[in-house]
Amino acid sequence: MAGSPVQVTGTVLTMRRIDAYHAMTVVAPGIADRFRPGHFVTVAVGGPRTSTLTRRAFAVHDVKPDYGGTVELVFTVRGAGTAWLADRRARDPLDLIGPLGRPFPIPRDPASCLLVGSEYGAAGLFALADVLQQRNCRVDFVLGAASSDRVFGALRARRMAETATLTTRDGSLGVQGSVVDVLPAVIADTHADVVYACGPMATLGRVTAVCAELDIPVQVSVEEMMACGIGICMTCTVPVIGDDGVTRMTRACVDGPVFRGERVRFDDVGTIPFDAHGAPGGDRAR
Amino acid sequence: MPADMRTYLAHVELPNPILTASGCAGTGRELAPFADVARLGALTTPTITMSPRAGRPTPRMAETPSGLLNAVGLQGPGIDAFLTRELPWLAERGVRTVVSIGGGSVAEFAALARKLTDAPGVTALEVNLSCPNVEDRGRVFARDPSAAGEVVSAVRTAARYDLPVIAKLSPDVADVVAIAKACVDGGAEALAMINNPVGMAIDVDRMRPALAAGTGGLSGPAIKPLAVKCVWQVHAALPGTPVIGMGGVVSGRDALELVLAGACAVGVGTVLFHDPYAGHRVLRELEELLQERGFDRLADAVGLAHRPSHRNDREESSL
Repeated sequence: MAGSPVQVTGTVLTMRRIDAYHAMTVVAPGIADRFRPGHFVTVAVGGPRTSTLTRRAFAVHDVKPDYGGTVELVFTVRGAGTAWLADRRARDPLDLIGPLGRPFPIPRDPASCLLVGSEYGAAGLFALADVLQQRNCRVDFVLGAASSDRVFGALRARRMAETATLTTRDGSLGVQGSVVDVLPAVIADTHADVVYACGPMATLGRVTAVCAELDIPVQVSVEEMMACGIGICMTCTVPVIGDDGVTRMTRACVDGPVFRGERVRFDDVGTIPFDAHGAPGGDRAR
Repeated sequence: MPADMRTYLAHVELPNPILTASGCAGTGRELAPFADVARLGALTTPTITMSPRAGRPTPRMAETPSGLLNAVGLQGPGIDAFLTRELPWLAERGVRTVVSIGGGSVAEFAALARKLTDAPGVTALEVNLSCPNVEDRGRVFARDPSAAGEVVSAVRTAARYDLPVIAKLSPDVADVVAIAKACVDGGAEALAMINNPVGMAIDVDRMRPALAAGTGGLSGPAIKPLAVKCVWQVHAALPGTPVIGMGGVVSGRDALELVLAGACAVGVGTVLFHDPYAGHRVLRELEELLQERGFDRLADAVGLAHRPSHRNDREESSL
């Protein structure tokens, strides 16, 4: 089964810095073999006697066939867990589970694909770009961040894509503003048939709104805090409209992280919508 | 010789004492890619409610030192979807299944027990007493001996005579023994402890509570001493009642600690978020620890820490 996740003890191969971020390559053949763009992995942090019990979830930047199969994760130090991870060195063991989640759907026929990423959320888009290009799709990028050193993968995007539009909040690189500001113009210029987006929930909501306005499909990969990544802890839920039109509190880890943008109720994230399946009072109203 | 790991919940024999704690193993399918759930002593389901529940808003989780705060709010599809979609999957694979049930009233608990009692594949019922009682201004059943006893008694009456009823106790009470006795008087054949004590964390960057619900249940190694204390006190007061000990177990040593305090079975919970294979690892470690200490049977270690202290033994023998 291609999609079935495995738990492995991988070995750290290299640690490097990419702009403001850490990138870690881990030998994990079982995960590399099964990986498809959009999948994520989780890492146990803190070693065998850890006091931090939740696994950390990361998008996979790159998968390579070296040493039987490696995966590369990109992260920034945000707390004790990622600080521990940044201290790993070559040959250290690492408890990994993956590949997890629902990957990006790939167009059946060649299409013009616009990939939108914000900060290091963009890391997950490069493996997608590779696969799209192998399928003869046109690939364009819009990458944004607060400042120039936080725009992830600008160089690689420029090399591989037809066009790469960069945005920064402070104007230190590319267009001043956010990825959403340039989106309508880039969609028009590139004749995009489909948009793929990674980044914070608020950005994804605005990207989806632009795409809805222009009537083009958008696939978003959501970021929601999760403890396990395998569907048991029920903490990463997002209000998502199902095929039957019913909104359910849907687990981002097993039913996502990739959703059709218009199915995610971005304005209701952080609430239980009153019409959600099983919302308080819902059974009494019926 | 490996120790005999069999254990009993009332008359029901389990091949080993390691269970999953409610809400920490999904409904089995999620763990299946990583570990054979049929090899566990039993799997406890998330608390099943009568109607579907959307749960609490996010954020639902905050990591705390050696622990985890959660406020999921019993999100689930409701009893009918559980019976048609989830229980058959477990039954087909021969997974011994403890079904945790939760309701807002005594009648709702009884109705759930009636729906489950003849369903194939139910090994036991666990009564989640940490549910707010809508008929008592939302006070949880677990805090009041008479309310806890009444719920257990209603479930016991509704369930088939040979289906064991387990009462799951909260540590957030003045006298856990009083609640335990009320549950046993109500007909509980076994007791599970502890449910999550309630805690809170504040995000100092946002300067707001870390959880959308404000408070949440604390789990993980941080609560293990509370679990050991509750198991110890209940086993001392009710030595004949099987106790499933849980709360912060991450290793075989933790499991043995609860066994020595008086638990005949041990639940693994939060550690499964960290390592989905943890149940099997804890079982293997517990087996090794018992063997190292010369035990032939798990049953011989249950409650052993309660024996009179060594000094008294010597004084008696020398006199």
